[in-house]
Amino acid sequence: MNNVCVYCEFEEGKIQEVSFELLTKGRSLANQLNCKLEALLLGENLGGLEKEISRYGVDILYMADDKRLYPYTTLPHTAVAVGLFRETKPQIVLMGATSIGRDLGPRISSSLTSGLTADCTNLEIGDYEDKKAGKKYEHLLYQIRPAFGGNIVATIVNPDNRPQMATVREGVMKKEIVSDTHKAEVVYLDAGQFLREEDLVVKIIERHMETSKVNLKNSSIIIAGGYGVGSKENFNLLYELAHAIGAEVGASRAAVDAGYTDKERQIGQTGITVRPKLYIACGISGQIQHIAGMQDSAMVISINNDANAPINKLADYVIQGNLETIIPKMISYYKKNIK
Amino acid sequence: MYKIIVLAKQVPDTRNVGKDAMKADGTVNRAALPAIFNPEDLNALELALEIKDQYPGTQITLLTMGPVRAAEILREGMYRGADAGVLLTDKAFAGSDTLATSYALSCAIRKIGDADLIFAGRQAIDGDTAQVGPQVADKLGIPQITYAEEIVALKDRVIQVKRRLERGVEVVESALPVLITAHSTAPDCRPRNAKRLMRFKRATTLSEQHSAADDYLATHTAHPGLNITEWCAKDVNSDLVQLGLGGSPTKVRQVENIVFQAKESKVLSTADADIEWLMQELISQHTIG
Ligand SMILES: Cc1cc2nc3c(=O)[nH]c(=O)nc-3n(C[C@H](O)[C@H](O)[C@H](O)COP(=O)(O)OP(=O)(O)OC[C@H]3O[C@@H](n4cnc5c(N)ncnc54)[C@H](O)[C@@H]3O)c2cc1C
Ligand SMILES: Nc1ncnc2c1ncn2[C@@H]1O[C@H](COP(=O)(O)O)[C@@H](O)[C@H]1O
Repeated sequence: MNNVCVYCEFEEGKIQEVSFELLTKGRSLANQLNCKLEALLLGENLGGLEKEISRYGVDILYMADDKRLYPYTTLPHTAVAVGLFRETKPQIVLMGATSIGRDLGPRISSSLTSGLTADCTNLEIGDYEDKKAGKKYEHLLYQIRPAFGGNIVATIVNPDNRPQMATVREGVMKKEIVSDTHKAEVVYLDAGQFLREEDLVVKIIERHMETSKVNLKNSSIIIAGGYGVGSKENFNLLYELAHAIGAEVGASRAAVDAGYTDKERQIGQTGITVRPKLYIACGISGQIQHIAGMQDSAMVISINNDANAPINKLADYVIQGNLETIIPKMISYYKKNIK
Repeated sequence: MYKIIVLAKQVPDTRNVGKDAMKADGTVNRAALPAIFNPEDLNALELALEIKDQYPGTQITLLTMGPVRAAEILREGMYRGADAGVLLTDKAFAGSDTLATSYALSCAIRKIGDADLIFAGRQAIDGDTAQVGPQVADKLGIPQITYAEEIVALKDRVIQVKRRLERGVEVVESALPVLITAHSTAPDCRPRNAKRLMRFKRATTLSEQHSAADDYLATHTAHPGLNITEWCAKDVNSDLVQLGLGGSPTKVRQVENIVFQAKESKVLSTADADIEWLMQELISQHTIG
């Protein structure tokens, strides 16, 4: 009872990466809290996935294999998860900040009247004192995320309501297999026990899943453009440099919002988290929401015409000036010096 | 003919955070940021207006919870085609997290009554939580369709919607009533209509009327249709315990300024010699090439 539970996302025969990352985080939280790690897997034709999930150190795996649970629709998954959580009363529930997690999480939290924090960049265990009410709480989940606007990070807690829920984006946590031979206790759930006729009101008529063309997560060099790039045309400079040195192009949210490039290139708290060998930030000021997605880069170069841009503090090299001048020079001197 | 409610929020424009957006103590200077109609809520309004195009007589009510000033977006929505606006405002709402917000909104939706369709934005740009839509649907006990990009069909109280997912698209069907959240890839909202602008620019809430010059009151007595409905917590029969800070399970424990571990950075100029040196350095370190 009162364990840590991770909702595992299942799509096209596979469990999503973010679920494994959360299981790893969940394992370490469960160790600190001295409780068990549970996983919840809902879908169809799930046979064989028990082993894959167990490896991350899961103690109890709840599984419901039912054709009404795949492809994902909101109400059936909500019904099973809420029904289960009412019985098992987990103290913490984690899910991916994905199309599915962000559809399901708020629905579950509303049903159980529990708090939910979106897009956390870190999760820790700690104590909390409500000075006004004169109450002390031990071992709460610290849900840490950059907050609105600038260089601030907020720690959110849910003192009284359970479960404490959080969503986390893919790539933010690192996955780690505990043991290939670890075996979870598997509990098979009967979805029919939780589903009502009215949960099936939304029907899927058509579905097309695409694989993403952009592969930022696995690129060792990333050239990221910000609002300072100034236009869609200027973004071509970044593609040229990327093409020359073998890199992928990323962006800040301001650049995406301005329409300079596509949303799937966004790096940061609400985009992708990357850890490349080299990160070249072009015309990016470096607000915390952006930094959250790239701070683990091994080397950072900042190209900015403002000497005081916050991102310069993280940079190994700062090139001070206009990117329109600098990038063409980088391309030509790269070509000149490479054999 | 359908009865539609569109949820809209006035938000600080975080897309254009300028240098003066932060105060010296590291907190946000809200005053330096313009307050705007949350962008995806405009997409939501457009989806509703498309339904009205197809079914004239459809009634679109915009609902917002916020300070008195939030009436600005209600007028904005009316210029673009919404029929009416409701402002939910009360000190009791202060400090609401998404759960308390969705509870208050669901009470107001019940009070408006008989909605066939409720539209919301996918997320508000001040927090990017994307929670309020689904939570309102849960409080009302109705299904939800998130990330809508297009209304494919609406007939005989059955709606088909194309959803934009992270890695693909999906067309789903639901019976009404249903709550739909609009994705930024849905059509942009139509612009203001000049006639509507002339008509609704004088539409005001009671609070605005109280703080304005006397002739406002005269105009409103003459044109009752220009009143924007304003409700407080009691008007929507909400349970005070579930509102505001007290009704919010999430608490902010701490807000911290982040001081980046400043690296020893090397500063270069745009001079050819500097750039050539850097490229040679990167190549010799095998960082690139
Ligand atoms: C809830 C929430 C979530 C968010 N999530 C993300 C996220 O995931 N990712 C993200 O990136 N942001 C995110 N943001 C937005 C973030 O707060 C910043 O607004 C954004 O990162 C700023 O982008 P920018 O640095 O490109 O633009 P700006 O802050 O406008 O910076 C532009 C920079 O370009 C420089 N510049 C201008 N012209 C030139 C030139 N010719 N040559 C060289 N330099 C030039 C300027 O000096 C400046 O430093 C989020 C915000 C919120 C509220
Ligand atoms: N205070 C509010 N008043 C009206 N609608 C809101 C409010 N807060 C959120 N919403 C709606 O819920 C959506 C998601 O908001 P959020 O969960 O804050 O990202 C928004 O796009 C709005 O449509």
